[in-house]
Amino acid sequence: MGIELQNITKKFTDYTALDNISLNIASGELIALLGPSGCGKTTLLRIIAGLESADSGKIILEGKDTTNLPPREKNVGFVFQHYALFRRLNVYENVAFGLKVLPRSKRPSKSEIKDRVEHLLKLVQMEWALKRYPSQLSGGQRQRVALARALAVNPRVLLLDEPFSALDAKVRQELRRWLRKLHDEIHVTSIFVTHDQEEALELADRIVVINKGKIEQQGTPQEVYDHPANAFVYNFLGNVNVFHGRVHEGMVTLGGHSVDAPDELKNSAEKTSQTFVRPHEIGISKIRSEGNDLEGTIREIRLLGGQIGLNIECEGFDQPIDAEIPRELYLNLQLKKGDRVFVTFNKVKVFACDYEI
Amino acid sequence: MAIFQKKRRNILPGFGLSMGYTVFYLSAVVIVPLSMIFFNAIPMGWEPFLSAVTAPRVLASYKLSFSTAFLAALFDAVAGLLTAWVLVRYRFPGKAFLDALVDIPFALPTAVAGICFATLYSPVGWLGEITAKWNIEVINSPTGIVVALIFIGFPFVVRTLQPVLEELEPEIEESAHCLGATRLQTFRKILLPHLFPALLTGSTLAFARGIGEYGSVIFIAGNLPMKTEIAPLMIMSKLDQYDYNGASAVALVLLVISFSMILLLNAIQEWQQKEYR
Repeated sequence: MGIELQNITKKFTDYTALDNISLNIASGELIALLGPSGCGKTTLLRIIAGLESADSGKIILEGKDTTNLPPREKNVGFVFQHYALFRRLNVYENVAFGLKVLPRSKRPSKSEIKDRVEHLLKLVQMEWALKRYPSQLSGGQRQRVALARALAVNPRVLLLDEPFSALDAKVRQELRRWLRKLHDEIHVTSIFVTHDQEEALELADRIVVINKGKIEQQGTPQEVYDHPANAFVYNFLGNVNVFHGRVHEGMVTLGGHSVDAPDELKNSAEKTSQTFVRPHEIGISKIRSEGNDLEGTIREIRLLGGQIGLNIECEGFDQPIDAEIPRELYLNLQLKKGDRVFVTFNKVKVFACDYEI
Repeated sequence: MAIFQKKRRNILPGFGLSMGYTVFYLSAVVIVPLSMIFFNAIPMGWEPFLSAVTAPRVLASYKLSFSTAFLAALFDAVAGLLTAWVLVRYRFPGKAFLDALVDIPFALPTAVAGICFATLYSPVGWLGEITAKWNIEVINSPTGIVVALIFIGFPFVVRTLQPVLEELEPEIEESAHCLGATRLQTFRKILLPHLFPALLTGSTLAFARGIGEYGSVIFIAGNLPMKTEIAPLMIMSKLDQYDYNGASAVALVLLVISFSMILLLNAIQEWQQKEYR
């Protein structure tokens, strides 16, 4: 087992950052801790690294209980959101730092250090920047150097705290793919923290969704995306239309429309419910057919790269519906602003609310 | 005047005006008053000038002034670094009070500080009793001068280091710890190089202030010829004897040495900074 977290709890004076978190991570796995800001995910990462201490619970890294070890004895690689490179040292010295501070008995020879640093810089594609100082590098380049620096000490686990969030969109995407590839090569057990669901879905072997100091769900990106455990997870993973309605006699009402209730709610007493429909799970047609009796008016058309975003106002709904359709369908239907269209929900997910809003 | 030409169009307006103002201001406040020293010393002629500034008492005073100012600056560098560190990195009750206390040496008339020290270290004073037990002479000795100069120079180091420490994010230290560095290694290899330019600036200011300090020192030094006479005191005593030329000569040498030392330290600092920009 790569990382074992047992009942980690951390309270700050006015709130609970982590509430009895237990999590097992296999060796070589790449895990995303996903959650909104302030949900405790960074605190958890810092506790694993030893930069903060948990009030209770155990942290076991590669079979070794490291709960009470100081960070320098934990042998974890930590990559910070804002790089935290040593400004007074050049790229080579930054990466070599972790090797040069080893006690004399464990320290590799000068030439071994040189080989290792050069190897790592090649791995992160920064071998051309040996003599540069951090201030002379772009954000993406700095983060690569920070990663090489963290890997230099052969860490048991690699921890990345929102590693790409300070970068612009294009670089972020590039680095994401690159990190995935790198991880497939070196297989170090890694945890990265993010609030960006796309990043988590694209990069991780497994996603752990955290909210208010608790784990809401964990699973592969596929599982989490296709079978969200609850309303929070559904809402957090990507754009979604939320309809408030009621479960009543096996049917769920949403505005003037109603759909079949899911099995577990078929026989339930009358309850308020939240119904989720993802924009790309909505069908659009110009002709009425069976099952798409919902009619609306297109209010807005947005170009979203390969997809077209439609904003449709439907009778009986208090908010407009967001739909995403393929570009070809859009061109075939020759949709314009103000057109009347029929809407089908291809897939809906209903959660009963146990509380009254 | 090629050196005043702008290399390219500058976004910031008013270079001419602001540069003119700076030159005028420095002239009016610094250069013109100081040039009086030159003009007072020049009519002396070379021989009397040389004999005035190489008199054994004067030479001893230079030596004393520079060595005590240097030692005090060195001490301030260490103590100031520690104080700035505590004030920036920790939160504790009474922090604002402590922070304000740092500036007291700026505000207090230096003579008052001198009298305080003289009382404190007198053989019946609180600290004087203790130092007497250990046979350490403070009052009427160079040690006392250093003590006074430490007090005077202290805020310069703290105040120059504070902003630099504040901009140094804690993550830098955390990443050093995660990479396996001990506290000492982190300090020596990461923090100190980062703080060094500011530390040098602060100590230079403390040093410069120490060379020129008069008020607090004369009360504690005892002013024994050849032993505890500082250079500013030599100037004062020459003025008391209406030897304006002699006073100017001593002042001129003091000025030239101080200025070249400050220039040198600034150059070192500039050179230190250059590489990382």
